[in-house]
Amino acid sequence: MKTMLQRNIRDRIMESLLVISTIVVLLPLVIIIVHVIVNGISALNWDFFTQELGSPSRAMQGRPTGLVHTILGTLVVDLLALLLALPVGMGAGIMLSEYPDHKLNPTIRVTNDTLNGMPAILKGLLAFVLIVKPMGSFSGLAGSVALAFVMIPIIARTTESALMSIPWSIREAGLAIGLPRWRVVLSTVMPAARFGLVTGTLIAFARAAGEAAPLLFTSFGNNYLPNHWLGMLLGPVDTLPQRLYSLAISPYTHWHSMGWAAAIILLLFVIITFGTARYLTRQKN
Amino acid sequence: MMNLIQSITSKTPPLPLFSTEESRQASGAAEASGATSGTVNEKSEKKVRMETHDLTVRYGSTVGIRNVSLPIYDKQVLALIGPSGCGKTTYLRALNRMHDLTRGATVTGSVLLDGKNIYDSEVNPVNIRRRVGMVFQKPTPFPTMSIYDNVVAGLKLVGIRKSSILDEVCERALKQAALFDEVKDRLKSPGSSLSGGQQQRLSIARALAVDPGVLLMDEPTSSLDPQSTNRIEDLIHELKKQVTIVIITHNMQQAARVSDQTAFFYVGDLVESGPTNTLFTKPKETRTEEYITGRFG
Repeated sequence: MKTMLQRNIRDRIMESLLVISTIVVLLPLVIIIVHVIVNGISALNWDFFTQELGSPSRAMQGRPTGLVHTILGTLVVDLLALLLALPVGMGAGIMLSEYPDHKLNPTIRVTNDTLNGMPAILKGLLAFVLIVKPMGSFSGLAGSVALAFVMIPIIARTTESALMSIPWSIREAGLAIGLPRWRVVLSTVMPAARFGLVTGTLIAFARAAGEAAPLLFTSFGNNYLPNHWLGMLLGPVDTLPQRLYSLAISPYTHWHSMGWAAAIILLLFVIITFGTARYLTRQKN
Repeated sequence: MMNLIQSITSKTPPLPLFSTEESRQASGAAEASGATSGTVNEKSEKKVRMETHDLTVRYGSTVGIRNVSLPIYDKQVLALIGPSGCGKTTYLRALNRMHDLTRGATVTGSVLLDGKNIYDSEVNPVNIRRRVGMVFQKPTPFPTMSIYDNVVAGLKLVGIRKSSILDEVCERALKQAALFDEVKDRLKSPGSSLSGGQQQRLSIARALAVDPGVLLMDEPTSSLDPQSTNRIEDLIHELKKQVTIVIITHNMQQAARVSDQTAFFYVGDLVESGPTNTLFTKPKETRTEEYITGRFG
């Protein structure tokens, strides 16, 4: 029989261990954020948001240089990827949740899980084969397709779980007034699950926005802003994660600090997206 | 659907607003005291609206109900009673093909609606459910819709957009469900903002909006307080002038109060059925007597 004192001491020890593990989890995040801000804040100026990068000599000669083409390119590539992934991913999620007996479902589930576990660089390779080779050029479109492959399995999963969280009684109520099944899903179940659906989509978006690997040989990167917005889709285009990588491995000090600044923007982008998702999830409850 | 549109456009609607004493008398006279008075003495006039023959429902290898044959009379209330798990809900859900969506459920035998088997292969279950509506144990307003949109959902979502039709149906259905006066000034507020009893009447209004001939009610008052329960029971009395009602209840007093016919189920079998006052006063089976007097169940 242990004394009360011994039990209290054990309790304290266990509690401290839990606190320590929490700190260990949080520490890398804090270090990354602090380090990125400290190193990148000096390169964040007006030029950064209004000028193109240009050749390395620009930076070395102290002429204005920035990443406006990267920020715009990221928006275009990511939004197009979302546009491509949303109908496919949501369609798969709806199938899994609303037609659980459908004979295609085991296949959809296995395919989706495999796609989810597949290394992102292979998705880039897939887009390379599907788009870059036939087009004969790197392109924003190819980058979007690669990122769409990153988003699809996440959207499918989050859609499935968001729809599953809606009580079955809502569907029966819809069917009982003589609505066809697809109409019940579209007009009663999906509106009821809207926060979950948006949250899942944002999480998929944020995940894909941070990926560099699928973009390396699809959208490729570009030091300049294309002359026409179509050039973003049909020609090579810059994106933040891939630009961050190129700046980091370049031999120029000024480019290094621009890389840190790019990291700040990317971090903000992801944090804002996740933050919105969190906010919406809380709205629901 | 044609039926519905006719009922909206014709000058004398087949569904009169029945709240006035005159219409109550009128409809009573027209039906030659059909539905409102006792049931025993006019057996010959009763018209069968629905009928099940040897209806068996299995969930995988488990039998839910076994060979149930039962007539459901037009414009009468049939109460299904019996202990939990006896197959009442299984029977009720077979009447509008709700089992189509239950994994592993198989239905054999036949369910006739106006003489036609609803399980025939060419029958579309969606059309059956428009003619045989259902109200569930818990109120189920569509969470994102207004009161108005909830009521007219069954019309609006199949493409009827004309607001004059929708307004008229909404008012008619809410009046039938005795909810109109309470919500007429806030039709645009969310359906979920209503109280539990009001939500259940909203569910009834929504079911009535598509003008079904038969209304199935699965313990519609089990989640409601006594006042709301009274209102729903009054409502059932009014509604049976126009629709045929099948109601599941665990409350024997309720069954006695609202129903014309009663069917007693026990472990998947239909033990006994007949006019409510006969079944409650002179049950043939001892199991029935024991159940209604509270000795088991």
